[in-house]
Amino acid sequence: MEKIKNLNKFTRTNIRAYGLIILAFIVLFPLQSTGIISNSISGQLVPICTYIVMAISLNLTVGFLGELSLGHAGFMSVGAFTGVITAICLQEVIPSAALRLLIAIIAGGIAAGVAGFLIGIPVLRLRGDYLAIVTLAFGEIIKNIINCLYVGVDSNGLHMSMTNAEALGMINGKLIINGPQGAVGITKIASFTAGILLILFALFIILNLVNSKSGRAVTAIRDNRIAAESVGISVTRYKLTAFIISAVLAGMAGALYAMNFSTIAAKKFDFNTSILILVFVVLGGMGNIVGSIVATALLYILPELLREYADYRMLIYAIVLILVMLLTNSEKAKQMRERFVYKWKKRLRKNNDQQEGLKNG
Amino acid sequence: MLRVDNINVYYGQIHALKDISLEVQEHEIVALIGANGAGKSTTLRTISGLLRSKTGSISFLNEDISRTEAYKLVSKGMAHVPEGRRIFLQMTVLENLEMGAYVNSTNIKEDIADVFDRFPRLKHRRNQIAGTLSGGEQQMLAIGRALMSHPKLLMLDEPSMGLSPILVQQIFDIIKELHAAGTTILLVEQNAEMALQVADRAYVLESGRIKLTGTGSELAQSDEIKKAYLGG
Repeated sequence: MEKIKNLNKFTRTNIRAYGLIILAFIVLFPLQSTGIISNSISGQLVPICTYIVMAISLNLTVGFLGELSLGHAGFMSVGAFTGVITAICLQEVIPSAALRLLIAIIAGGIAAGVAGFLIGIPVLRLRGDYLAIVTLAFGEIIKNIINCLYVGVDSNGLHMSMTNAEALGMINGKLIINGPQGAVGITKIASFTAGILLILFALFIILNLVNSKSGRAVTAIRDNRIAAESVGISVTRYKLTAFIISAVLAGMAGALYAMNFSTIAAKKFDFNTSILILVFVVLGGMGNIVGSIVATALLYILPELLREYADYRMLIYAIVLILVMLLTNSEKAKQMRERFVYKWKKRLRKNNDQQEGLKNG
Repeated sequence: MLRVDNINVYYGQIHALKDISLEVQEHEIVALIGANGAGKSTTLRTISGLLRSKTGSISFLNEDISRTEAYKLVSKGMAHVPEGRRIFLQMTVLENLEMGAYVNSTNIKEDIADVFDRFPRLKHRRNQIAGTLSGGEQQMLAIGRALMSHPKLLMLDEPSMGLSPILVQQIFDIIKELHAAGTTILLVEQNAEMALQVADRAYVLESGRIKLTGTGSELAQSDEIKKAYLGG
């Protein structure tokens, strides 16, 4: 009996999450392909998808593992540039854009996973504020390394340099990453469908992990580290696993994101981006996957919708943020909401009873 | 069963444990008593692998465990109930017990039923969030969770801390029952009077050293102990 109840709770979340994404696709895809929604919004669809993946992957670290990471955009960056290099190198070899995109996304995920592993080893020894600061530092390090990275490809293969484009020593080669200007000459192969598929993949990974025995171990570590260790959970192993999975998904999102533009620079993935993703997660609710999806979609589209009020756009955005935080998290607001819901339910019941009474009488 | 030989533990510059040696035989209740800061919990944490000793060795069931990580000891048959009721506050009582079976998940249902038989109060509250339990119930849950791994050696760190006298009595009754059922117990207690009543043997710690050792009743009658810990 108990098991069934638990299962229902999990399946309900799963159905809600998958359903929301599939519904969004069914509604938006025809609108986009027939050109009913405006170009500016239509152009935002892939970025929204990638940010949703960013938010749910960060939710794994922040919400379920309980560690504040401020360098999530760093993993996105690693994934983005690895993805771009892979896609450009394979341009001639693989003609199918969809297959190339898939390989680029996988490559981005693997590279970000390796970065997550290397960064995770020192970082996860820390806790709380210290961990947050160090992840922030690593995010900036990644940004600065890519900022002075030059990568090119010619008939001899890949060339890499940290000084300038000439130092690559290519003959008739193609420059892929041009230092501070970032990656240039990307063929835009990302599509809304790919974005939706990536979200579904990320949801599949995260929801299955969270509801598994390993997921329980991760939440147990968040709840009480010493107790977790005393029941036989390897704290280091599970922390690192969760951190790497989160990084891999961020890298995949980054690769998809980059493939939606013709050029992309490292400074796009700075501290502000990490914070933006964190805002989505906190606003949607820590450990609440569906919340992350909704919050990302709404907050990402809001500045676009407010474009006509150009001068007040960011002001309104900020006020909305503050109001939502207050309404969802202040004790008084919660009580008010509960009272309201209670009254409303009572009135509904009364009406029902009256109608029943009329019928019976 | 458990043998600790000459361990020295440091917190940075502070020399917290000085040449501690002790032994726990099978089916014994052994108590570590002493004042605040004497090193009782430090000793327990070193045994369970949360802290490391610079010298000496610790062996459990004839196997050296001085370098074994804490989480691996659970599957070897050692359960540590840490100080201050470290339970998973945001999980339900039932989920807490399930976590206790993390390394040994055969017969979870029967094991949970056994724990509920021993602690009927937990049964009534099985779907309640653990953070809302009273102090005594939380301590019972922490012990119950440790029992889920079928420990050969149960180590309890200050189980009576912050509990009312009636609850302290209950906890010690449970310790006696567990002992009667065949579990070996290493008990750290500030409440020397209660600890010496149940213990077969006891070690008295003072500023990181073992000062005295003897059977529970011997120590309970020793003048030195009476003066220092039992209030005259």
